[in-house]
Amino acid sequence: MAVIDYGMGNIGSICKMLRVVGATPVVSADAAVIARADRVVLPGVGHFDRAMANLHELGLVDPLRRLALEDRKPFLGICLGMQLLCRSSEEGRQPGLGMFDARVRRFDFSGPTRLKVPHMGWSELRPYKTSPMLNGLDATARFYFVHSYFVECADTTDVLAEVTYGVPFVAAFERANVCGVQFHPEKSHRFGIQMFRNFVQGVP
Amino acid sequence: MNPSRIIPFLLTGDSGLVKTVKFDKRRYLGDAINAVRIFNEKEVDELVLLDIDATKRGTGPQFDYVEEVLSEAFMPVGYGGGITSLSQIERLFKLGVEKVVLNSVLAENPHILSEASRVFGAQSVVASLDVKRDFLGRRRAYVRSGSRKLDSDPIELLKRWEQLGAGEVVVNSIERDGTRQGLDLELTAEASAAVEIPVVAVGGAGDLGHLSAALRAGASAVGAGSMFVFHGVHQAVLISYIDWSALAALSATVAPSLPPTRS
Repeated sequence: MAVIDYGMGNIGSICKMLRVVGATPVVSADAAVIARADRVVLPGVGHFDRAMANLHELGLVDPLRRLALEDRKPFLGICLGMQLLCRSSEEGRQPGLGMFDARVRRFDFSGPTRLKVPHMGWSELRPYKTSPMLNGLDATARFYFVHSYFVECADTTDVLAEVTYGVPFVAAFERANVCGVQFHPEKSHRFGIQMFRNFVQGVP
Repeated sequence: MNPSRIIPFLLTGDSGLVKTVKFDKRRYLGDAINAVRIFNEKEVDELVLLDIDATKRGTGPQFDYVEEVLSEAFMPVGYGGGITSLSQIERLFKLGVEKVVLNSVLAENPHILSEASRVFGAQSVVASLDVKRDFLGRRRAYVRSGSRKLDSDPIELLKRWEQLGAGEVVVNSIERDGTRQGLDLELTAEASAAVEIPVVAVGGAGDLGHLSAALRAGASAVGAGSMFVFHGVHQAVLISYIDWSALAALSATVAPSLPPTRS
């Protein structure tokens, strides 16, 4: 299990969760090491362009695409790591990894709905399809969100679950072996532990 | 559903877990790690851990201690106390801290907010303001555990910190700390109206009604210390929290601007 360490934060709690569910996380930025992993987690907190620049600098863009799209390794993007799987983001100018036909938009509440940005807090998910990633998670499962940008899918069959914060947005997407979640399962109590367990045990 | 966050604030000093009254009169509560374990079992929304002696000590955050505490936590944890540099912040994030809470450092170097927010993302950078009224009733801003007064107006400071890159602000009323008599609603309302980012109101929470009032005043989240560590009129030490359904009910009664989210 590789956890990609490209300088974009918050790896400690992800590794902790992975150990709890019996996985052995290998934190690495080395394409050769990552290529040997059976599963890949792409974490991320911070700025979209900076994240893409780091991935380019480390020579990870093509290897990650290959792992996900050709080798079909189970692949999980978390928070910014999910957004990087999209084509583009309003946060930056760099193209994303483009594994999903989706774009990332900023919450804009300049209209009548005045909500605080970032969206910070807990939400239950509205599932759009079934997936092993949602095994053992019922309607009361809640997850922790912290984000100012959100994913919009062009292909709605990719949508795994939605949440509404002023506007409905994609809380999780999934296509074949690749999954992305906007929330932080590593910060979401037993619900997050269950999701990591699903990722480690299941074949998404 | 997007319930507002209710956050236990744990204070640690040189002696362990403590609770203050008006930033003074410390009472020793026991072991912080044990308290975090209990809060974890109770599935709290978030947890904030503040080392109130760190700045005075001058040696920065106690990373080993933070790491030990975090090993018991499966929720977002904010840490504050003694942070002065980006490298300390980076180390805290590597340990699994979700947010850093900055206070004393902002008096000398408010630009750390811009730097930290650029590198780590604004959502993980929290600016914390301690407020006390002077004898004329004017609000004054404090740092260094309430021991140093700043010249700037508290609300102006919040706006400045938001501009610099804070992703969230904690507004703490020194004179209500530990009193369990309710939060400073006027301060909460003014602070919440002044900035676009979430405001965490702290200081004085004693019951659900207080939390609800602060949320209605505009706070995005409410922090509480005594309410979650003491029980009964004799203030016996007992770690408690509110269950999820009560929290959801609480959220549903506030924030009328929140549109319904369940289809």
